[in-house]
Amino acid sequence: MSKTLKAPIPEGPLAEKWNNYKAKARLVSPNNRKQLEVIVVGTGLAGASAAASLAEMGYNVKSFCFQDSPRRAHSVAAQGGVNAAKNYKNDGDSVYRMFYDTLKGGDFRSREANTYRLAECSASLIDQAVAQGVPFGREYGGYLRNRSFGGVQVSRTFYARGQTGQQLLLGSYQALLRQQHTGKVKLYARHEMLDVVIIDGRARGIIARNLDTGEIERHGAHTVVLATGGFGKIYYLSTLAMGCNASAIWRAHKKGAYMANPSWTQIHPTSLPQSGEHQSKLTLMSESLRNDGRIWVPKDKNETRAPGEIPEDDRDYYLERKYPSFGNLAPRDISSRAAKEQIDLGKGVGPLKNAVYLDFSRAINEYGKDVIAERYGNLFTMYKKITGIDAYKEPMKISPAAHFSMGGLWVDYELMTTVPGLFAIGEANFSDHGANRLGANSLLQACVDGYFILPYTLQNYLADQIKIPKIEVDHPAFEESEKLVKDQMQSFLSCKGKKTAEEFHKELGKELYDKCGLLRTKNGLEKAIENIRNLREEYKTNLLVPGSAEEVNSELEKAGRVADYMELAELMCVDALHREESCGAHFRAEFQTEDGEARRDDENFCYSAAWEWTGNASQPILNREPLVFDTVKPTVRSYK
Amino acid sequence: MIFIKNSVTRKNLMAITGLFLSFFLIIHLLGNLQLLLPAAEAQLQYNSYSHLLGGNIVIKLVSYVLYLCILLHSIDAIYLSFKKRRANGTSYSYDRRGRASSWYSRNMMALGIIIFVFLVIHFKDFWYHYKFGELPVDTNGNKDLYTIVVVAFEQLWYVVLYIVAILALGYHLLHGVFSAHRTMGIYHPMYNRIINIVGKSFAVIITIGYIIIPLFLYFNLQS
Amino acid sequence: MKITLKIWRQRDCQSKGEFKEYHLDKVSKDMSFLEMLDTLNIKLIKQGDLPVEFDHDCREGICGQCGVMINGIAHGPLKNTTTCQLHMRSFNDGDTIYVEPFKASAFPIVRDLKVNRSALDHIITSGGYVSVDTGQAPEANSIPVTFEQAEAAFDAAACIGCGACVASCKNSSAALFTSAKISHLAQLPQGDKETSTRVVSMVNQMEEEGFGHCTNTEACEVECPEGISVLNIARMNYEYNRSRLMKK
Repeated sequence: MSKTLKAPIPEGPLAEKWNNYKAKARLVSPNNRKQLEVIVVGTGLAGASAAASLAEMGYNVKSFCFQDSPRRAHSVAAQGGVNAAKNYKNDGDSVYRMFYDTLKGGDFRSREANTYRLAECSASLIDQAVAQGVPFGREYGGYLRNRSFGGVQVSRTFYARGQTGQQLLLGSYQALLRQQHTGKVKLYARHEMLDVVIIDGRARGIIARNLDTGEIERHGAHTVVLATGGFGKIYYLSTLAMGCNASAIWRAHKKGAYMANPSWTQIHPTSLPQSGEHQSKLTLMSESLRNDGRIWVPKDKNETRAPGEIPEDDRDYYLERKYPSFGNLAPRDISSRAAKEQIDLGKGVGPLKNAVYLDFSRAINEYGKDVIAERYGNLFTMYKKITGIDAYKEPMKISPAAHFSMGGLWVDYELMTTVPGLFAIGEANFSDHGANRLGANSLLQACVDGYFILPYTLQNYLADQIKIPKIEVDHPAFEESEKLVKDQMQSFLSCKGKKTAEEFHKELGKELYDKCGLLRTKNGLEKAIENIRNLREEYKTNLLVPGSAEEVNSELEKAGRVADYMELAELMCVDALHREESCGAHFRAEFQTEDGEARRDDENFCYSAAWEWTGNASQPILNREPLVFDTVKPTVRSYK
Repeated sequence: MIFIKNSVTRKNLMAITGLFLSFFLIIHLLGNLQLLLPAAEAQLQYNSYSHLLGGNIVIKLVSYVLYLCILLHSIDAIYLSFKKRRANGTSYSYDRRGRASSWYSRNMMALGIIIFVFLVIHFKDFWYHYKFGELPVDTNGNKDLYTIVVVAFEQLWYVVLYIVAILALGYHLLHGVFSAHRTMGIYHPMYNRIINIVGKSFAVIITIGYIIIPLFLYFNLQS
Repeated sequence: MKITLKIWRQRDCQSKGEFKEYHLDKVSKDMSFLEMLDTLNIKLIKQGDLPVEFDHDCREGICGQCGVMINGIAHGPLKNTTTCQLHMRSFNDGDTIYVEPFKASAFPIVRDLKVNRSALDHIITSGGYVSVDTGQAPEANSIPVTFEQAEAAFDAAACIGCGACVASCKNSSAALFTSAKISHLAQLPQGDKETSTRVVSMVNQMEEEGFGHCTNTEACEVECPEGISVLNIARMNYEYNRSRLMKK
């Protein structure tokens, strides 16, 4: 029953599509907007900017987040910057070039029109953020400063020190709270969405749990927007926040929204390695370190000497060796994979042999310690804080870590999922990055979706909803969803097994990282699927959750999230197994060129895989959205 | 109404009254330094100075402002300490927050109470006595406050009390003067540095100045 | 190493709380403080006890959700470090560590070490923003902001909203938090236009939330993980006084 999906793309040449859409999209008159309610789940950059923008237009918005304040959402942690095709540097940047870089960076696996729109709206985002008071880096004369970032040849990245995400998020958080002040936004912090309620085929509300009291609440609205971010935390060890989860999108998936390309996860090359079994997360070190640091491993896998004592001849600068033109600055997916290759050969360093060296000794000799301290001082301090090691004296140890989900809920050009009235924006959807995301594009996508796209497309949807009265929450659909949620929590609590949700999560994460991480093979994935199924069975009988459902209970929250991960993990493996090609972050060992690079198969796999829930986690249905390239011609992505 | 109850407003009142009182300390000290003159000369000059102050209408008005300042400064302090208690709620069971600030900045209220108690004694012994008590007159016909002061400082316990109070005042000023400027809104780093230095020097000079007098009188008479 | 923990346990804001003692034997120096608490929680759950509830999310020192009093100091002994970035190598074998929640009447305890800091959000809601709707913004380079201005604004804007300033203040004042936002926006031409209305509503809101007054002890700056300067408080006072004195 596999279907072919089409996302209705507006008419006209690529550069005109979004304008054409906007010109023809339906509107809701200001008087009618106040009759309509919108639920936005998540208060990161996408969620907060969407909620604020919609409230400014006059809609009544209910905004939910599981953190104790909207300002905590994980967008806050993004370091590097945000791209925009402003061409302030006069170095040949343009909307088209940015579009092309993004498409190529994603290994030609994203939808042309969406990617173009992302580049097109990027300039307005910078204007908006500056007007909100985001303190972007400036030149002495007062104009905005840019820097370059991996995978491109122009300087189009705007940044606010190493805390661009924080500053952008505070901008949209403040915009959101400004609307709370006007009364157009109602904020529900410490509320976790547990189900989407569907009435007559349309999303009409959510079930949420008040995490402070345990109370299950019903919230109705004319439309529901999910801005709940990525699910890289499924690998347990990741650069994501502890609370990041897939539950919102997974439960939407189980209510009929398709999941697209779930296995495409970006593994970031420069994170701190795991130091022991106790570890709960991996801290990202900014990618900018690779500008001056050289990556190497010892040539001999039985090396026991301290890094400083290993002579040059016994070191393997493998990135410089394999990619002479990009060297240590090869794109993220490529450098991560190369690191894994060395670690798998047994050449990893550190007590767990799970890292590679990032060495600054040459840069320190060349420019002096002061210059290096000026460039990366804060990162060196952070490194010392976490590891206790002085990186001016000894090379850093870094290793790859799960970072960003290119996959997510399938959405059409309007960012609507396959459930009418259910939208997904930001990292929660799959749309713009293809099989690999370029640095500094994630903040951009989240903001652009929330500020500039959703306000138009959501309105187009709501135009014929104005006759629908306020959604009452005593509808049987709400009752049914609430019962489902409560029953699930009861089943966790009454299981009384021996293992905590966290322990299950660690096991699952390790399985997934080993077999569905940087390098995937048919055998490995088949084995992983089997193991995940077993683990899922064990989860049903051996889970230990203390306390009750009617109180603060963070273990119960975790149990629900891990239960969803257990199902999603299998789908990720299924997705990775079915895609018999290598593209971007998805690298199948069987499909590589002679010199070990990804071999794409445009003939058979030039599509997005949108998986449909059937009621059984092991039997998803594959639907395909063919990717049509009218304007560009996919080429081989080479960084040699 | 919230404007009046507002802590920034209340702190401004605290700052203004505090700074006025600090200014008074200078005048008061300059007057009292006359006590350091040779005994005979000091007696006449000090008494005539006291007489002058008592008779001048401007000084009288200023002294009313002064009393008002003392009163407002104290009432405000009491109000703010209630507010503080309300804001704090339950206290910590294990508290080492003190590492981050100086003890005197945290204990302005306690220092203030010492100063206030001292002021009451000070007023009673000298001011009240001078105004309403029966005093002998000196050769110029002025009330002989000088002798009262000198006699008072013959007693060791009185000297000790005086010094303790002045030290409390010194620490109160050490934090108070610069804090008052912050409260009133001086945020420029350079001026803050200047005020910090000036404020601390002021506190030290005032403390030394006020402590010299009782010591001088006490030891001078002993020998 | 071996660690003795005395952790504040409290069911909710109405109940009475107390220190409970726990012992951990195999604490690694490389563990973060929160990972040490994770280890304790797994142990407690397996014993059939309720785990210690504490707030945390990003665990890289930027989201501001974590924050407890460790040995009587907000975020523990290390300077400019959040609780999540504190590692066990800052402690010695055999140490006893006291862990308490941030306490202030504006931060009611939710459970154990979890407190409700939405009072800080309310202060922002009252005026901590630039009133610009999506789409109204002019071209970004049309208003130059000098390098120094932008850097100074950033220094104030770096606040992560963890509430350590309130917890460290003897008067439970939120002056540092509130002033950081006022100062951030007042130093940029985009935000300065509303300064005088903003400062009055934010200061009033700070009062209504039940925070105490500032006595310039400067403890907040010392304990702030981001090192936000107390001069921001002076600036807030300045803007407040100016706004009041210039009121028409």
